[in-house]
Amino acid sequence: MDDAAARPVQTFRIETAGGASRIAASIALLIVLVLALLPMFAGRTLIQDLIFLFYMLALAQCWNLLAGYAGLISVGQQAFVGLGGYLLFALTLIGGLNPLLAIPIAGVVSALFALPTALIVFRLRGAYFAIGTWVVAEVYRLVFAQIKPLGGGTGTSLTPTITSSVPGIEWVKTLLDLRTPAARDIVSYWVALALVVATLAAVYFILRSRRGLALGAIRDHEAAAAGLGVDIYRIKLAVYVATAAMTGMIGALIYLQKARISPDAAFSVLDWTAYVIFIVVIGGIGTMEGPVVGAIIFYLMQRYLADFGAYYLILLGTLGILVMLFAPKGLWGLVAERHGLTLFPTRRRLVIEADKRVQLNP
Amino acid sequence: MTGWLDALIQGVLLGGLYALFAAGLSLMFGVMRLVNLAHGDLIVLAAFAILLVATNLGLDPFVAVLVAVPILFVIGFALQHVLLNRTLGRDLLPPLLVTFGLSIIIQNGLLQLFSADSQRLRSGAIETASIPLGGGIAVGVVPLLTLLSAIAVIVLLNFIFYRTPIGRAFRATSDDLEVAQLMGVDHRRIFAVAMGLAFVVIAIAALYLGLRANFDPTIGPARLLYAFEAVIIGGLGSFWGTLAGGIVLGLAQTIGARIDPEWQILAGHLAFLAVLVVRPRGLFPRAQD
Repeated sequence: MDDAAARPVQTFRIETAGGASRIAASIALLIVLVLALLPMFAGRTLIQDLIFLFYMLALAQCWNLLAGYAGLISVGQQAFVGLGGYLLFALTLIGGLNPLLAIPIAGVVSALFALPTALIVFRLRGAYFAIGTWVVAEVYRLVFAQIKPLGGGTGTSLTPTITSSVPGIEWVKTLLDLRTPAARDIVSYWVALALVVATLAAVYFILRSRRGLALGAIRDHEAAAAGLGVDIYRIKLAVYVATAAMTGMIGALIYLQKARISPDAAFSVLDWTAYVIFIVVIGGIGTMEGPVVGAIIFYLMQRYLADFGAYYLILLGTLGILVMLFAPKGLWGLVAERHGLTLFPTRRRLVIEADKRVQLNP
Repeated sequence: MTGWLDALIQGVLLGGLYALFAAGLSLMFGVMRLVNLAHGDLIVLAAFAILLVATNLGLDPFVAVLVAVPILFVIGFALQHVLLNRTLGRDLLPPLLVTFGLSIIIQNGLLQLFSADSQRLRSGAIETASIPLGGGIAVGVVPLLTLLSAIAVIVLLNFIFYRTPIGRAFRATSDDLEVAQLMGVDHRRIFAVAMGLAFVVIAIAALYLGLRANFDPTIGPARLLYAFEAVIIGGLGSFWGTLAGGIVLGLAQTIGARIDPEWQILAGHLAFLAVLVVRPRGLFPRAQD
């Protein structure tokens, strides 16, 4: 035991934020500020485009947390987009609530629906889980198509009184001297911006927490994580319910903006899951930066290529397959691997103090 | 009363169609552990292939399918060899994403080639022919042929799996890939042959899909869900289980439709979820996933 005293003390620390990510944090703050003030100068089309970009990015972050970290590859997240949308319509049209209040309630109720749903679909493993979630989304769609007060199979619209009752619209109208529809878009834009920032922050803090460490472990090797004492089932359940709540709120916002809902659109696998999966995979799954990169690429493709209709979707499918086969970590993965770059520092790195590292095996 | 009896008989016959959808999916899972999200779209693709052969060569669909089968076998073989073999491994995401991408490519490719119009395979008098069973109940010849074909496909698949050298290789790669490779099995070729065989089953399923009802490029995903439900209800790894699963699903749908026509599909999904709650490994489980 006496040689223990002679052994050099090895010091190390766990590092998360690097220099680049500290700069990135300040830049991110600046970007959010600019985006918040953007409606003062930008035209209405840009505002509408950005609302679309924001909610696709928020959905992509949720799916990435679910599939990229917790290993729950769901093809049924449209269940919660549609549920959130329909809850907004039910709470405002029938319940008479203010839409802004209906959004968080839609989130809570989505979580309440997600719990029993999870207990059923969690009986399926891996790839079967994927199709199981799809079946559940179809059940949601078919059930909502039966609810006559919400328009049944053809759907329904929000009344102009409801869409204009969001607080702040009058204020924006007088401040910027705009008509009601344009003012409504700006308020929706702010809500969308708040929601995407909140989603990014939520995912970031989840990943930085103790639970996040467990999630990273599950992502890297599930069996090994279980062996180290991670309660896989509980964490997966928590992630599933949390992302359902976030997805439900995003769904409520999407349909507040659209002001018209139908079962086929609200529970569309293409719009709310396929696109989202391509965003995450093309950008880079299992990182927070990937979905951001993917969402911007998707937005540009949607903006300039969507007119090609079927060809555009064929291109998107092909691109997804090629990325999966030849760059499974996505475009961000290619950049990050080469330059060791992280913008959202969620990785923990073990830094052994250089001067004392001489004697690793005394 | 006859109404309900009729619903039961039609449900069993519909189950034959779902068993045909499911047999191909079951085969892919059984041999290469592949869950194919494009399965429904491949069935629709095969239906269009049969339609193309039938209209261009002026053949009856039952003959056209014989022409389409070798072509589809080659397509399936190539698809597995060139694309899907690259995706297999420990990670779940690549096969799921690649087949999901494939599903979107097939749907939109068909949309571009054939438009969104509903199509149907025409086979003359046999389409509407039926056999009266007495008591006001009759069974259609096509639905009956569907069920008989499903049974024939399953007998044949079981024969191939348990009585032939290639079937032995299928089972060996399925049981333990590494050991099978050590014994000199070229698993890539085996997988490609299995996919070719699955495409033959898909062609037969597509024939009856097109004879029984209208189809268009967008109906694939729903067929995937029915096939998947039949496989899970029946229990993984058993072809006869898949037939039973198809019949349970068909019965649930026709009984649901009998209560309210709008509930047909929903009733099938709910039956599937109920089985999942009560017997998560299906009615006749065999394989470990």
